Amino acid sequence: MMKKNWKAWLYLLPAIAFLGVFMVYPLVDVFVYSFEEGYNSASQTFWGTGLYNYSYVLHDPYFLQAVKNTFILVIITVPVSTGLALLISVGLNSIKPLRELYQTVFFLPYVTNTLAVGLVFMILFKKTAYSDGMINLLINFFGGQSVDFIEGPYWAKMLVMCIYTVWVVMPFKILILTSALASVPQSYYNAAKIDGTSKWRTFTRITLPMISPMIFYLVITGFIGAFKAYSDEVAIFGTNLNAAGMNTIVGYVYDMLYGDSGGYPSYASAAALILFAIVLTITVINLMISRKNVQY
Amino acid sequence: MKVVLQHLTKKFPSRSKKGEEVVAVSDFTFEIPDGKLIGLLGPSGCGKSTTLNLICGLEAPTSGHIFFGEDNVTRLPPENRGVGLVFQNYALYPHLTVRQNILFPLQNLKGSEKLSKQVMLEKAEEAARLVQIEKLMDRKPSELSGGQQQRVAIARALVKMPRVLLLDEPLSNLDARLRLQTREEIRRIQRETGITTIFVTHDQEEAMSISDLIVVMKEGVVHQIGKPQEVYDEPCNLFVAKFLGTPPINVFSGEVRGGVLYIGEDGVLNVKGVSDRKVYVGVRPEGFVLEAAGPLSCALQAVEVMGRDRSVVSTHPAAVSEAIRAIIPSEEEIGIGSDSVRFALKPAKVHLFDAASEERIPFEV
Ligand SMILES: Nc1ncnc2c1ncn2[C@@H]1O[C@H](COP(=O)(O)OP(=O)(O)OP(=O)(O)O)[C@@H](O)[C@H]1O
Ligand SMILES: [Mg+2]
Repeated sequence: MMKKNWKAWLYLLPAIAFLGVFMVYPLVDVFVYSFEEGYNSASQTFWGTGLYNYSYVLHDPYFLQAVKNTFILVIITVPVSTGLALLISVGLNSIKPLRELYQTVFFLPYVTNTLAVGLVFMILFKKTAYSDGMINLLINFFGGQSVDFIEGPYWAKMLVMCIYTVWVVMPFKILILTSALASVPQSYYNAAKIDGTSKWRTFTRITLPMISPMIFYLVITGFIGAFKAYSDEVAIFGTNLNAAGMNTIVGYVYDMLYGDSGGYPSYASAAALILFAIVLTITVINLMISRKNVQY
Repeated sequence: MKVVLQHLTKKFPSRSKKGEEVVAVSDFTFEIPDGKLIGLLGPSGCGKSTTLNLICGLEAPTSGHIFFGEDNVTRLPPENRGVGLVFQNYALYPHLTVRQNILFPLQNLKGSEKLSKQVMLEKAEEAARLVQIEKLMDRKPSELSGGQQQRVAIARALVKMPRVLLLDEPLSNLDARLRLQTREEIRRIQRETGITTIFVTHDQEEAMSISDLIVVMKEGVVHQIGKPQEVYDEPCNLFVAKFLGTPPINVFSGEVRGGVLYIGEDGVLNVKGVSDRKVYVGVRPEGFVLEAAGPLSCALQAVEVMGRDRSVVSTHPAAVSEAIRAIIPSEEEIGIGSDSVRFALKPAKVHLFDAASEERIPFEV
């Protein structure tokens, strides 16, 4: 028994060593930095320990803006993208001709580079010397006023950001949901048909419960992914997100480390740990809800 | 409710352009009397499930008509036919409890048929009582044994009191003992409710033991319909004769010459009224009688004791099957030690089939 244990640990050793060096050690480091005031990575010095870093970050208007942006993004894009993906998957699942083609089309954004997608959004939304962008052309066509989506009002920028995020995360969700839908055995639908179950009831009472584990998986990973948003913002609004008022928490961390105003690993660590606490809380809540609702 | 099938045919188009279409059911005509239990029997792929799917409306026939009583239901969608179907794999909703599963069909009722919650619960209880699962109502299907799941499936199919109950190989997932028990159960439930029931199986013993009538199919074609004993005693062709009975019928190739049946060179039986021709001879295992001077001489291989009976395994050069299996009551002596046995044949247990058409040839002794 002992011997077997010993062997098991031996087999695990490479993985443990790897994880230790590249995951655990940095995590501990970040944790330590976040309590060291004025830590300087070049000179490896700091002048005190305590909660000052947290207090600074939590009073920094840029950080508060980033938190607000991140939360808006999360709260809007996760439900919207999951719901839309579900709708599209159900549609895809119920059509026969050209299904593969549609599936490919919906999956394209997943394999497209973020920056290329950003470019497409520029064409759609950005005002240039020559045009106001495709969307504005449409708005004008219906008699509306042009809106500056990239440098204009906050709501417009947020709208673009949400549409962009939804668009980027949806393909993966569609992929997961179409395969989940396809794996529901036909005999359940046949049984429902013979019992005279309406389409809507079949969907809510059979289809949804059967794929609910996958939906919860998507919601949880969706929350985590949205809380970590950063590169998508850069793709649309450029690197100076604070100036655009569109920064996110991860963006704030990055700026604190390397940005123009950077060089503050202590603040960055504190912000990162705050983000960690938020994600952990939300995930635990999610898991608790899903425990209750995914019953088999 | 009697069920009438008229020239029912179902063809599936082939997947590839060149391939031939599959004729799953071909020209099935039959009137199922009200309140009977019908066993639909045949080897795998003969179109049993397809026939059920046609009757319940999950598949539309290529041609032909289906009547429930006087109603033509051929073009009716499944929900309006009033059928209950028990699937081969039960198809119980895994996320619902037994009670919720049984309630499910009732909750679908709309408009004037809508029931109050109280009535629905009562009906569910009643259906559960019928199949004796009242104690399991709050479990999930995954927490039930195969036999219990099957009963839940029957309860779900019965709860709306369907006009016709269809069972697609409901016992195929059960072990031998449970199978025996459950088929009696199905018989009892059918008797109690009096619902016209069609029961699909590829196990002939199962079909014979509980059906009022059996339908033997092969490759989409109905070969024989009749009472189990009748079909067993008077199979219309070699296929039906081979398909029914355990151990299976023993087949020899033989010849009729001058009103006498020859197996090899042994003249074994007088068969009046049969013109001279080559035939297949089918002899049921219980059709052999040990006789020291019997006309049929076989090389003895083994004697298997099965309790009440003994099974005598032997070979004969004219036999189509590898071994000949005769069932002999235990009391009768067998000349042990000898390497050959001689049999006389019981005429009622011997069937002649034309060597070319394989149709049965009636004869008088
Ligand atoms: N949807 C389909 N498309 C094409 N061919 C089909 C389809 N369904 C069934 N078949 C064919 O029709 C024939 C009859 O099938 P069916 O399922 O009725 O057989 P079965 O008698 O129920 O067999 P088993 O005992 O194995 O369940 C088979 O040859 C099968 O391949
Ligand atoms: Mg079948």
